[in-house]
Amino acid sequence: MDKRTSIDAAVAELRDGMTIGIGGWGPRRKPMELVRAICRSPLRDLTVVSYGGPDVGMLCSAGKVRHVVFGFVSLDRIPVDPHFRRARESGTITVTELDEGMLQWGLYAAALRLPFLPTRAGLGSDVERLNPELRRVASPYGDDEVIAMPPLKLDAALVHVNRADARGTGQVLGIDHYFDDLYCMAAERSYMTCEQIVPTEALLDEGCVHSLRINRMYVHSVVEAPRGAWFTSCAPDYAIDDAALDDYARAADPQHWDAWRDTNIGTATPVGQTR
Amino acid sequence: MSEYLWSELCIVACAEAWRGDGEILASGIGVIPRIAAALARLSFSPDLLITDGEALLRADPAPIGVPTASQNGHAPHAVIIEGWIPFSKMFDVLWAGRRHIMMGAAQLDRHGNQNISCIGDWHRPKAQLLGVRGAPGNSVNHPCSYWVPRHTTRVFPERVDMVSGVGTDRAAELPEATRRLHEVRRIVTNLAVLDTGGPAGTLRVVSLHPGVSFDTVQSCTGFPLAQAAPPAETAIPTPEQLRLIREVLDPSGLRHLEGLAP
Repeated sequence: MDKRTSIDAAVAELRDGMTIGIGGWGPRRKPMELVRAICRSPLRDLTVVSYGGPDVGMLCSAGKVRHVVFGFVSLDRIPVDPHFRRARESGTITVTELDEGMLQWGLYAAALRLPFLPTRAGLGSDVERLNPELRRVASPYGDDEVIAMPPLKLDAALVHVNRADARGTGQVLGIDHYFDDLYCMAAERSYMTCEQIVPTEALLDEGCVHSLRINRMYVHSVVEAPRGAWFTSCAPDYAIDDAALDDYARAADPQHWDAWRDTNIGTATPVGQTR
Repeated sequence: MSEYLWSELCIVACAEAWRGDGEILASGIGVIPRIAAALARLSFSPDLLITDGEALLRADPAPIGVPTASQNGHAPHAVIIEGWIPFSKMFDVLWAGRRHIMMGAAQLDRHGNQNISCIGDWHRPKAQLLGVRGAPGNSVNHPCSYWVPRHTTRVFPERVDMVSGVGTDRAAELPEATRRLHEVRRIVTNLAVLDTGGPAGTLRVVSLHPGVSFDTVQSCTGFPLAQAAPPAETAIPTPEQLRLIREVLDPSGLRHLEGLAP
């Protein structure tokens, strides 16, 4: 079985209006090569589910997003992604704002095909008031009441890992795997990019079995994309590119966006053509 | 008496929030709370667990501001790691109640409802801030404290624009099983230390920083404050605490960048 494909062929499988989950965390190990390819594509009206960073902001500024499901959209050093801030303040997107743990719980419920998972997170906060579709549920076993977090079902998941094999086993060599495995489990189809595709027998050359975070049964396509998380980090292969991140942040100013987009995203390339 | 900076006074006041907490995770969000959590561990709460700001638990609270092992992917040899809490395990820790966090607050109201999400109407905010992050879940699962570097009527309004961390009035309306997990422990500002021990769970001044009057704190607050009778004076740093802050925890002086003053 060989799941290798190209960035543009993977993006060509996505459709307008899809709900897309994006792995990583803030400015860390985001599948930016895939995100940039979506920005170049004619895709539109996407719902994005993310522990957000420049993935969310860039898609917002490129006009690809209708709705964002989030707990934060942060560049860390810059606490709020300025592109996301602008989209929110100008009203060009709608949002579902969740506690970070509720987002995990929603992905987990989707992965396990459950109607909901119970949690206290959100109780009493305005997350309840502003998400009227959220329901509380009484414990059948005693005197308690919690929020029933519904599944966050994804049409597609996009993740970037350090190493993978051609069959789609994903290896995370950094200290934190974030929620990438959960995104893949919650999605109909998962698209995984990696720094390097290695032979299956070489997967344990650089990391122990604990680093094999993503099982191939959850992965549909794998793309070798060296520096595919740039300008976010991909520890231990590379750190955040601070200068490039600052450039990106400045491009939230409409006066700078076009020039930045032309340099950093480019225009559409034909389907199947490797950049 | 030792000479101390206002930032150092505030760090010590923040550290006091974790006194007596035992063997739980102490999370400080931002420079001052991070130094404070480490100071609490090094001075009077030695069983606290501290992260490197990311996924690793450090056995040796060390200078903040240097690249963390999590970011590098390799633990520097001088660092002693005693555990691992990746983000996918963090919500287990805090929903199990094994944590006390000190967060910031863009707004904090009379009952300790905190807002870090946005300013204005949530549907189209005047200013998008952080989002609720983990504040809703934190506030109904384990103790929360807050750090406010500039005590003003804007930060302390009658009502916050979006409740992220739950305050005492809203907690009082929750089912008992959740209500008993809720606690707003301390609110430390550049002027005073407060808790929610006022009438019906409202904010109360517990101690005033040296030279600060209750009237000054009240005039910087957008609602009536209660006060402990009489409010104490906030403890000043001991020589040993000053040594730990200056030589061990923040030798590069990140605390100075906060511009803290009464």
